[in-house]
Amino acid sequence: MMPNFYGKEIASRLLIGTALYPSPQMLCDAVKASGSRIVTVSVRREAARGRTGQQFWDLIKELDVLVLPNTAGCKSVKEAVTTAQMARELFDTNWIKLEVIANDDTLQPDLFGLVEAARILNEEGFKVFPYTTEDLGAAERLVAGGCEILMPWGAPIGSGQGLANPLALKTMRAYFPETPLVVDAGIGAPSHAALSMEMGYDAVLLNTAIAKAGDPVKMGKAFAKAIEAGRLAYESGLMEPRDMASPSTPVAGTPFFKIDSAS
Amino acid sequence: MKIVVNGETRSTRAKTLAELCTALELADAKIATALNGDFVPADAREARLLAENDRIEIVTPRQGG
Repeated sequence: MMPNFYGKEIASRLLIGTALYPSPQMLCDAVKASGSRIVTVSVRREAARGRTGQQFWDLIKELDVLVLPNTAGCKSVKEAVTTAQMARELFDTNWIKLEVIANDDTLQPDLFGLVEAARILNEEGFKVFPYTTEDLGAAERLVAGGCEILMPWGAPIGSGQGLANPLALKTMRAYFPETPLVVDAGIGAPSHAALSMEMGYDAVLLNTAIAKAGDPVKMGKAFAKAIEAGRLAYESGLMEPRDMASPSTPVAGTPFFKIDSAS
Repeated sequence: MKIVVNGETRSTRAKTLAELCTALELADAKIATALNGDFVPADAREARLLAENDRIEIVTPRQGG
């Protein structure tokens, strides 16, 4: 069964960012190759007489995908709320990837601001996709404030470090069995995406790993395959790891077998 | 009158936010606006009067992660 985000069934478990590609054509080709059905976008200042936004918007419309605007770079509740409101008008969607950033070096979420901004935006009819950490207390408050999806970070944005705290991510999955969970940020390789899927996450959101690949189109395909494999593995039921060896070949009937009586 | 548009100080004769957008040749561009930190919907720009030292943000779709 595919994930459902705010009542919309999503045909791909890969959400993909639109920034940092070598060219607009490469962006389009990579998104198509990845099979992604949701792309993230932003709002930025327009110069006098500028038409850069229109050109970019025309490109995105051609992709025929769902658009998830972000509030990237916002450092206060007020900035995030106003940015979300501007994005809703520009992109004609009430979906918002809510980022309230605490620190420039780590780009980690300001959880206090995030919870407050999410509450305000949910009350205004937005469908909030909060970029958060694995903190369960903050997550509970986000859900109580109306968020029907949570997007914990894998690692700092753009770091490509993968899942920095797999135990906490596993705990979060167990704690929120029904809430759609998306690993957002820090994914650097298809194996990181596969691991997220094996842990039962509903989707992953990434940008740099594909955009900055030597061949973004091939990398888009690589992520699609990794995500499919990881999800199939999760649905199949992974074996429990153990500390000691356990023979897979039958022991009964082993030639020259004798009971070890050393102890 | 001096105002700040997208972080830059400018002189303008525009009386409303809509007039300012026209003066900047952005009236028909794909933009959204905020005045002193508050969102101003497209259909409210006409009625929104500008004052000295107002801070205006004019934004447009852009790539994002």
